[in-house]
Amino acid sequence: MRRGAIVRVVTIALLAAAAATAVAIFIPWLPAADSKEAERIDLVFWVVIAICIGVFAVVAAITIYSVVKFRVRPDDDSDGPPVHGHTGIEIVWTAIPTILVTLIAVLSAVALAENGDLKSNRLEVDVTAQQFAWSFKYPQYGGFQTHELRLVEGRQVRLTLRALDVIHSFWVPEFRQKQDAVPGTVTHLPITPTKAGKYTLICTELCGLGHALMRARVIVMTPTAFDQWARGQQQQSAQGASG
Amino acid sequence: MTEVAEHTPHAPPAEPSTGWRHYVLGPGWIRAAWMTPLFFAIGLGIVVGLRSLGHYEPVWDWLIIVTVAGLITAPIGFLAGIGAFDYWVYYALGYPTRPEDHSGHGARSWKDYFRINTDHKVIGVQYVVTTIFFFLAGGLMAMIFRAELAKPGMQFLDNQEYNGLISVHASLMIFLFVIPAFAGLANFVIPLMIGAPDMAFPRLNALSFWLLPIAGIMMLSSVAVPGGAFGAGWTGYAPLSVVGTDGNVWFNMGVQWAGASSIMTALNFLVTIITMRAPGMTFWRMPLLVWANFTTSLLVVLATPFVAGSQFFVMFDRIMHTNFFNYHEGGYVLGYQHIFWFYSHPAVYIMMLPGFGIASEVISVFSRKPIFGYRLMALSLCAILVLGFSVWAHHMFVSGMASWLRVPMMITTLLIAVPTGIKVFSWLATTWEGRIHLATPMLWALGFVSMFVIGGLSGIMLGAVPIDIHTSDTYFVVAHIHYVLLGGSLFTIFAGIYYWFPKMTGRMYNERLGKVHFWLTFVGFNLTFFPMHIIGVQGMPRRVSDYDPQFGTWNMVISISSFFLGVSFVVFLYNAITSWLRGPIAEANPWRAMTLEWQVSSPPPVFNFDEIPQVVGGPYEYGVPGARHAVFNGDREVELEEARSP
Repeated sequence: MRRGAIVRVVTIALLAAAAATAVAIFIPWLPAADSKEAERIDLVFWVVIAICIGVFAVVAAITIYSVVKFRVRPDDDSDGPPVHGHTGIEIVWTAIPTILVTLIAVLSAVALAENGDLKSNRLEVDVTAQQFAWSFKYPQYGGFQTHELRLVEGRQVRLTLRALDVIHSFWVPEFRQKQDAVPGTVTHLPITPTKAGKYTLICTELCGLGHALMRARVIVMTPTAFDQWARGQQQQSAQGASG
Repeated sequence: MTEVAEHTPHAPPAEPSTGWRHYVLGPGWIRAAWMTPLFFAIGLGIVVGLRSLGHYEPVWDWLIIVTVAGLITAPIGFLAGIGAFDYWVYYALGYPTRPEDHSGHGARSWKDYFRINTDHKVIGVQYVVTTIFFFLAGGLMAMIFRAELAKPGMQFLDNQEYNGLISVHASLMIFLFVIPAFAGLANFVIPLMIGAPDMAFPRLNALSFWLLPIAGIMMLSSVAVPGGAFGAGWTGYAPLSVVGTDGNVWFNMGVQWAGASSIMTALNFLVTIITMRAPGMTFWRMPLLVWANFTTSLLVVLATPFVAGSQFFVMFDRIMHTNFFNYHEGGYVLGYQHIFWFYSHPAVYIMMLPGFGIASEVISVFSRKPIFGYRLMALSLCAILVLGFSVWAHHMFVSGMASWLRVPMMITTLLIAVPTGIKVFSWLATTWEGRIHLATPMLWALGFVSMFVIGGLSGIMLGAVPIDIHTSDTYFVVAHIHYVLLGGSLFTIFAGIYYWFPKMTGRMYNERLGKVHFWLTFVGFNLTFFPMHIIGVQGMPRRVSDYDPQFGTWNMVISISSFFLGVSFVVFLYNAITSWLRGPIAEANPWRAMTLEWQVSSPPPVFNFDEIPQVVGGPYEYGVPGARHAVFNGDREVELEEARSP
């Protein structure tokens, strides 16, 4: 390969990478990251995006350069050079992707393990999904039940998910974490919200006619506000049970 | 061969030859018209008879009658009527079978395409045309629900109609378009490419084609079932598919018919490729399309029984009250997903490897260069075949399966990107310093490479478990599958259709319209599916009939682009139909290709080769002075060739 060709291909690759990077940066991709798990997932996301932009730029550059440079008129009957392969190059393009995907796998496995770590002071919430509603129970506070999920800022919650009829799936985009609720199986999902505010819980597993509307409100509260609310709910439900 | 036929002691065809008996009792549509209802009645009799004998109430259970009589015995009646079983039935009953006089070969008029025909070239055309019909049906459905999704809120569909449309759309595209369209192209090309007169089992070949329209009509007509079409997605997850509308049974059985068709064709390809290669056609001289269909057929044969099983389990849960997926009675809900994906992930490669083969043919021919790294290209197909069976649970990272299973499945999933990457780099290296002709097939092939890279990269993102946890079941996944199945499979199917159009029809297509078609599709495709990546990551789940208003703008863009994309196929239809009828007569080898199918006339003679070719070299020796893939003029020339080569 001549030096001129390399320079041109690299130039096109840099342009393609710049265009792809602009798409990655200027379009708002990920929603706000409002949990510790979201921060780790986003790190993996952007590392992989960077690798993808690199691969895309190389492929785009070679495709564009080839088509422009090596295109011939329809009446040109000549053949190209009879190159059958090059063992060195083939080893390189087997090895480099292997290294890249290994990197991605290691990073992912670490993030996944960290996102699965359970804290001892965690909040426990039992989530029940059925066509087409969510309900939440707080076993640490006497087991009262609500239809909106209230969580604590800065405190890990472990959701224990159950489904009564078909498969549903728990997802709050700002928390990133997702987990199916499966009939007959108990599943778990840890989340550590980092910002007080209102969110929407969305069912992401097609569950029947009301699937699109199977949503619930999620409220992340400061520790004191949550404690006050939870005690109040606990008392109310205790009175309801006795009265 | 001919001598055996002449001296056969058997009587001539035991077929009624005169008068009305010929029409009513001979194989064909008239016999099918009365045998279908007859077999329906037999199925109905079996159900009602057994139920009344066993004192089951109600005796007339229409769900079971429809399942058994409508979806099982009536299609068998249709196949028997049209003549798919004639030879085997004669043989089994001890009647004189008709010696293979090849009367079923070749097509003399358009009517021959509507009959049982044992010629692989006729069957190939039957496949391609049928699959395009179902492609259009599936595409129209997509445009209906894109119209619904153009704005937030419900417009003109209700939830059942919406769920039914997305499910039928995906099922038709996968089971009735991508998989059989590749099977159809391969059916036409493979025997020619390996120098064989036909497939190994021509009658089985005919039968496997005729199962397809049955499967397609079954899935389509589930829309008319009381209660509505199957609406659990093409993945049909239990228990929703068990408790959903009765249309689900039509999906369960449609998959059986389409799957049976796939398996029969794959067996046929395997035997044909292993046993019927021309002299000198060693495995390392086979064109990559043959390699691709060899590996695909292995995938089909090994994996398809799993999807058949999963659908039978769902159907049994519904109609026979078994408890495979009923957790109240000890059923195992996640079992469905494991069995389903054990087929359906390899199915992704079933829908991709033949496209890899087509791209290899087209890119080599239109770059006028040998394929770069031919052996590694073939070996990477084999690597995908093996690895393809070890990645199924990456569809289940958030499903609640054993969580330790996620990391090993992630590793195999990411590793499968390596052989896939090898293929992409090899295609690019093949174009390097070539003499590139940007004819329509080449445009589609290069469009495939560039779009498939994007689909592959989003596949790597989905393979990384943390990213998948966020994007699973969102529009990001919808974008990914359309980049690999539309940008990947569909683009290569069109590359193949344009590339072999002159060989299949004997006429040239209109080059200018072909290019217009490509550019309209390329632009419309990207405008439709690229924004889906964005809204998916932002938080829009898939398979929803209504969505948060913040996604309204992008959805409007997507819907308008999808209509644009839809219109681009009108150009294709116009081009294909007018060129087939009135296009200029095609030369034998308009692309100056080396593979065997181009060394015979367009369309090829009824038995492909008047003289058996002798293969003497690789299939892509472009630019090698004096190189030949095959010679036709006898043994002497072969000896000379072999004496010359080192």
